[in-house]
Amino acid sequence: MSAWIEIGKLDDIPIRGSRIVETPAGQLALFRTSDDGVFALVNRCPHRGGPLSEGLVSGKVVVCPLHGWTIDLESGSATAPDEGCTPRMTVRVENGRLWLPSGGTFPHDP
Amino acid sequence: MHPPHRRRLVVIGNGMAGMRTVEELLARCPAGYAITVFGDEPLVNYNRIMLSSVLAGDKSAEEIAINAHSWYEENGLTLHAGDAVLSICRKTRTVTSASGHTVPYDKLLIATGSKPLMPPLPGIELPGVVAFRQMSDVQAMLETAQTKRRAAVIGGGLLGLEAAWGLKRRGMDVAVAHLMPSLMERQLDREAAALLQRELTERGLHFFMNAQSEEILGETRAEGLLFADGRSVPADLVVVATGIRPNVALAKACGLDINRGIAVGNGMETSDPDIYAVGECVEHGGQTFGLVAPLWEQAKVCAARLAGDATASYTTPPLSTRLKITGIDVFSAGQLATQSDDDSELVLRDSGRGVYRKLILREGRLVGAVMYGDVAESGWYFELIRNHSDISPFRDRILLGRALSHACAHDKDMETDVADLSDDTQICGCNGISKGAIAAAIKSKQLTTLNEVRAHTKASASCGQCTSAVQAILAHVTGAAAPLPETMCGCTDLSHDAVRKEILTQKLKTQEMVFSALAWRSADGCAKCRPALNYYLLCAWPGEYVDDSRSRFVNERLHANIQKDGTYSVIPRMWGGLTNPAELRAIAAAAEKHGVPAVKVTGGQRIDLLGVPKERLPAIWADLNAAGLVSGHAYGKSLRTVKTCVGSEWCRFGTQDSTGLGVKLEKMTWGSWTPHKFKMAVSGCPRNCAEASIKDFGIVCVEGGYDIMVGGNGGIEVRVTDQLTRAVSEEEVMEFCAAFLQLYREEARYLERTAPWVERMGIAYVKKRLVDDAAGRKALAGRFAHAQRYSQDDPWFERAGRGADAHEFKSLAVVE
Repeated sequence: MSAWIEIGKLDDIPIRGSRIVETPAGQLALFRTSDDGVFALVNRCPHRGGPLSEGLVSGKVVVCPLHGWTIDLESGSATAPDEGCTPRMTVRVENGRLWLPSGGTFPHDP
Repeated sequence: MHPPHRRRLVVIGNGMAGMRTVEELLARCPAGYAITVFGDEPLVNYNRIMLSSVLAGDKSAEEIAINAHSWYEENGLTLHAGDAVLSICRKTRTVTSASGHTVPYDKLLIATGSKPLMPPLPGIELPGVVAFRQMSDVQAMLETAQTKRRAAVIGGGLLGLEAAWGLKRRGMDVAVAHLMPSLMERQLDREAAALLQRELTERGLHFFMNAQSEEILGETRAEGLLFADGRSVPADLVVVATGIRPNVALAKACGLDINRGIAVGNGMETSDPDIYAVGECVEHGGQTFGLVAPLWEQAKVCAARLAGDATASYTTPPLSTRLKITGIDVFSAGQLATQSDDDSELVLRDSGRGVYRKLILREGRLVGAVMYGDVAESGWYFELIRNHSDISPFRDRILLGRALSHACAHDKDMETDVADLSDDTQICGCNGISKGAIAAAIKSKQLTTLNEVRAHTKASASCGQCTSAVQAILAHVTGAAAPLPETMCGCTDLSHDAVRKEILTQKLKTQEMVFSALAWRSADGCAKCRPALNYYLLCAWPGEYVDDSRSRFVNERLHANIQKDGTYSVIPRMWGGLTNPAELRAIAAAAEKHGVPAVKVTGGQRIDLLGVPKERLPAIWADLNAAGLVSGHAYGKSLRTVKTCVGSEWCRFGTQDSTGLGVKLEKMTWGSWTPHKFKMAVSGCPRNCAEASIKDFGIVCVEGGYDIMVGGNGGIEVRVTDQLTRAVSEEEVMEFCAAFLQLYREEARYLERTAPWVERMGIAYVKKRLVDDAAGRKALAGRFAHAQRYSQDDPWFERAGRGADAHEFKSLAVVE
């Protein structure tokens, strides 16, 4: 990974909440868990494309607002028994600032 | 940032099997692949099964399209329609099309379907000879039917008969030539075939049986058909419907293993693990395919494999056949005849009604069914065949159908009712889950509780109306009675009621206190318990508990209703359904200014502005606020609307000022959070134009009083209100309203509407608390008034005017 782009501060994201980053490849949803973990997923539920950024975050999962699928923030996979996956992206947190890789690809794309 | 690198899937074939596979794949993993589709027909994909309906004029070509161009666009598919793939290069992993496109793939899906079998007859290449396979064939037939009169169809199978009937409907004289002595001999026994032939003859078709076609006559175009026995029939149009053969040319040319079709394994993979094949072009277990059911199954398995599920495995489902000729009902499944002396044949024949039914039994099980004339029971028979059900208890009645077969068995209870339902029967209407899917999940995943069934199948997880049916299926499959769900969620073993009690007695005033005092299993709860706890705490400690927006569903957090496309709807409050020109102008102006794509009058006497993007919500709210309009809370588990009729102010039947009372009630109660949504209505006379008798709290005015009705619901399960009491003044109505709302707020479980709550507690209990106990009623109304002091701030103004939650409405960053 060559370069990183700073996209904001950790505190810009509410705890157990989410914010959106617009990218040329579509919306990314950045989630912040109650232990200040930050995760980035493509903002589309694998079920019907619902905006995951509007879901309820608890532990390390988000529940899609449209039909209640539960998506694992670490892997992007739907929690059993649902099946599906949402591409995720590395996000770096340093000194309370958030960084996304630039000029690259989604490294953890399935 | 560049677009993400996604694996590339190329699909050769834009037909039913290929596109169903793509649909299944998109459903599993929408962003998993960049997908390119090649189709040699210049159309979007269509339902090939329905070609006969297009020919017969029952459907238009547009009506049988499966996916419009927009579907391909919306799902990011690249479609090359009318561009046939000419070659596959496995070395470079590319395909090359007729127009010169060379496209690389990581995975390739071959779904090239089948070609019509064209017998090598002299004259087969003449103009006027067509197959019955593609839309272009149908178009050629329709064109001929406009100017010519006589048609011959070679082949008396399913497809040939449907073609013949379609041409007959288009006004042609049609002869059917069939090699065998009996029509549809692979699907029908002699007797059913004879009934079919008789009926089609009566409808004007001509049949040449045992007819070996020898030559298509004609010099410059088809003029007739000559048979081996010397008979002949004149024909301007000859339709060849003698069967299909898998289209394997591409697969063969690139060296894949081929038998009759492209050889595939249980995962629909070909001999090259990066190349899959589905549909009529494949051969699996020595079998090729021409019916749709196995194609769907193949699509599902192939999509699962493409999505990375290595366990998905294909087996051919049992097959059944129905003929699509209007007014002719034919069905067959399984064996057509007895195979040995151990098999039994049961026959019902009603020559007067033209009904024929034959069942083949083997070792107490149904193994085949042929039906003609009346096929209403075909679903049940097919289910018995598929399930290998033991039919011996009702063997003597099985021919008479399901109802009579079970009538004498035993007294029915819910469980046997469920047992009688076919597997296809939809149980959960919200999520489209069949009985079979529920039962299968219970068996394969060894589910024992309702919550587990909900988690695994989604059945009863949405509206809950089918809960009792799902429980009955659970009991039926597991053989045990299933207990009702007791616990709040997986985070605790306590019930809703127990948690509420602890909140009050232990004075738990934050979610964290609840989690720690009640030993929650998860550090920050889950999507089930957090919204419930947020409500319980808000209700228990008004003015003290700080509402946690992160524990609210999106609609309540953003104060607008999320729609399926991710936009929102905005509904301002119209007090008692009253409005005026200034408000309407403001709404119209806001709708125009913000490009609102749809404006709809709601059932609650308000106006809905649909399709507003999230980032525009504060701006549109600000414009509405400026005209004095506030949030209608149409999105909340909260007081929704108070519907009214015009009442004594205008109506010649009105007994009281129903509109004015409605406005007063709404002014008192708006902003209140409740366990579930809460709707009210006031009707000015017993004609009840405001439909008060299906509201949570309804008033029906009468001379000298007000009938107070509670616990109604017009939703999924209609419930008419119970009468609580008759009040004599508006003040008394207001007190009852506040007290009833507070009792519901304090005692109903989260997400429990008043209708099931009143049923659970009994209307007598509600009367005891509100009617018999005047002091208790006043105390409840007092607590409601106290809570309202903290809830009547317009949430739209908070955000649009005061900038609350600004982060909710804009993105964190934009990355170029």
